[in-house]
Amino acid sequence: MPKKPSAGNTRPRALLEKIYKTAKTIRVFESEGIKLYRRGLIRGYFHPYLGQEAIATGACTALKEGDYIASTHRGHGHCIAQGAEIKKMVAELLQKKTGYCKGYGGSMHIADIAKGNLGANGIVGAGTPLGVGAALASQIRGSDAVTVTFTSDGASNNGTFLEGLNLAAIWNLNFILVIENNQYAVSTTIEESTRETELYKRGESLGVPSRRVDGNDPLAVYDAIEDCAKLCREGKGPFLIEAVTYRHTGHHVNDPGSYMPDEKKKYYAERDPVNRARQYLLDMTDLTEAQIAAFDAEIEQEFADAVTFAEASGEVSVEEFKEFLETY
Amino acid sequence: MADREIMYRDALREAIDEEMAANAQVFIIGEGIAERGGSYKVTEGLLAKYGKKRVRDTPIAEAGMIGVGVGAAIAGARPIVEILYVDFAMLGMEMIVNQAAKFRLMTGGTGRVPFIMRTQGGTGGGVAAQHSQSLEALFYHIPGLKVVMPSTPYDAKGLLKYALRQDDPVMFLEHKHLYMTKGMVPEGEYVIEFGKADIKREGSDVTLIAWSNMVPRAMAAAAELAKDGISVEVVDPRTLSPLDTGTILASVAKTKRVVIVQEAVRRGGVASDIASIIQEQAFYDLDAPITIVAGLNTPIPFNLELEKASVPQVPDVVAAVRKVLHHDIPMAAE
Ligand SMILES: Cc1ncc(C[n+]2csc(CCOP(=O)(O)OP(=O)(O)O)c2C)c(N)n1
Ligand SMILES: [Mg+2]
Repeated sequence: MPKKPSAGNTRPRALLEKIYKTAKTIRVFESEGIKLYRRGLIRGYFHPYLGQEAIATGACTALKEGDYIASTHRGHGHCIAQGAEIKKMVAELLQKKTGYCKGYGGSMHIADIAKGNLGANGIVGAGTPLGVGAALASQIRGSDAVTVTFTSDGASNNGTFLEGLNLAAIWNLNFILVIENNQYAVSTTIEESTRETELYKRGESLGVPSRRVDGNDPLAVYDAIEDCAKLCREGKGPFLIEAVTYRHTGHHVNDPGSYMPDEKKKYYAERDPVNRARQYLLDMTDLTEAQIAAFDAEIEQEFADAVTFAEASGEVSVEEFKEFLETY
Repeated sequence: MADREIMYRDALREAIDEEMAANAQVFIIGEGIAERGGSYKVTEGLLAKYGKKRVRDTPIAEAGMIGVGVGAAIAGARPIVEILYVDFAMLGMEMIVNQAAKFRLMTGGTGRVPFIMRTQGGTGGGVAAQHSQSLEALFYHIPGLKVVMPSTPYDAKGLLKYALRQDDPVMFLEHKHLYMTKGMVPEGEYVIEFGKADIKREGSDVTLIAWSNMVPRAMAAAAELAKDGISVEVVDPRTLSPLDTGTILASVAKTKRVVIVQEAVRRGGVASDIASIIQEQAFYDLDAPITIVAGLNTPIPFNLELEKASVPQVPDVVAAVRKVLHHDIPMAAE
């Protein structure tokens, strides 16, 4: 099971601040987003990333400009951690023209190509070969860019996992597969889905250096990805990181998650990733509670402004849509 | 025996339940279908009744699930594989197209594949491009597959029961909008053979051909047109493969005008094929060109207004019927 937070060491304040603000931004986005959903402002699917913030945050913070990520149906966190504009994300969820996909995509299809985010995905497992493809393109064009695909415990039982990771391995690609093992695929437990629940071992079977980290510890994830990314750039890729975590909510906004036992929820709540990022700030920097509270207020304001922006935005008209289709 | 009004999803459950009770070879696998009772509640209660052996949850492994279903069918079982969205069936196309569809011919008729894939498609609820497709034409195109698209609880039950008794691979395509719709279903035993269209409404002026969720829209359009004295005959093929051309052609001979409605994109669609069959076999019966009302050639957008604009709505059907009716009357410039 997860290791203890990588406590004791000191880190640059800028790094810890970035990690905290990113994790907190995801937390606010998801919590407030659920409220918008409940008010009927968002339709379709909404898979909250609550509880898993450390993974996207730690991983994307360790990447450089020009690197790529591929995401999942639970993609808001990755998008934010990769530097997306909150207002364009909210606008997308509200199906507005000012959204990332002009309202054509919605929650499961937000992509931010400019930031190297190849997109969320409605098809479980699709991001693995897509990410390997981005890594292949980088290799062919002689770039040392690294691609991280975020995938999930459920997706690791899909054929795309084996085919994608094996290709990355035989071609020595700059590719890191991050399995976010939140222990469920909807309500199906990991034990019901596989005999070998230590998912990182699947990477080993393909000759890919693989390990497990505490997916609720943003620094543990950061360290793992930073390390792997560096080795990738030395031609030693690919890698697999299994980050063990747990959702705070059900699978999507309309799933009460009644199958999630209280003890487990409690166990992970005590290891809440945002609290941990906050504790790092308190432990390793001279920032005060009041200063952190000011960060929080700023993040909440940014979200509120994003909603105002989105609500004031228009939608793509049917005429514009039909014009777009002429080239389809 | 008495009829009762039940939901489409209940009708499907009854069919599975009755056939599982009658035939120990019938089993069902899918994501979240056992304990959770399935995303559309079709399989609720089946685990308690038939046990873990015959009601199984699977990992997210569509190619594998479909493949093992096909293999089990070849070996004499009667598997039902539930795929959450027809969009995800694309991961299992190899097994459907190259294995299931071809086995009977490749074995000179000695091998049979009584495999059923139950899945659902169509737009609704803002689930966007990868969860909203109408893909019947892909399966329709493949010789060896039966393609079933029930529009009512009655048809859903009768067709699924029949599917579980015949010996060919069946693409049983439900619609996400239909699960909670209600209709009369007899308490007693019945099956509906494949290849038998149903006249959902009799009429004499125009033949309106529609299936799946386009049937309720065609019925609504017919009701509206009736107010103006226009008599529309709504023909629901129920199974696209085999297709009941006899019933379609008889209706065309009577009305001489045809509108075909499909939710799927127009390009390469089943409607185009039905139109080609009608024009080839009943050209001289026609008083107006056949009109197709279909989805735009587009992936389904997330935005509600754009989603609606992507697929036929009742007013589109009404307008098309009016157009074929007034085809021979010179119209004022638009
Ligand atoms: C190929 C495919 N099969 C099924 C689904 C439906 N589905 C969406 S999310 C999900 C569960 C995913 O579980 P996991 O991969 O562990 O990711 P998590 O939701 O836990 O983040 C399922 C079954 C899908 N989107 N794509
Ligand atoms: Mg999971």
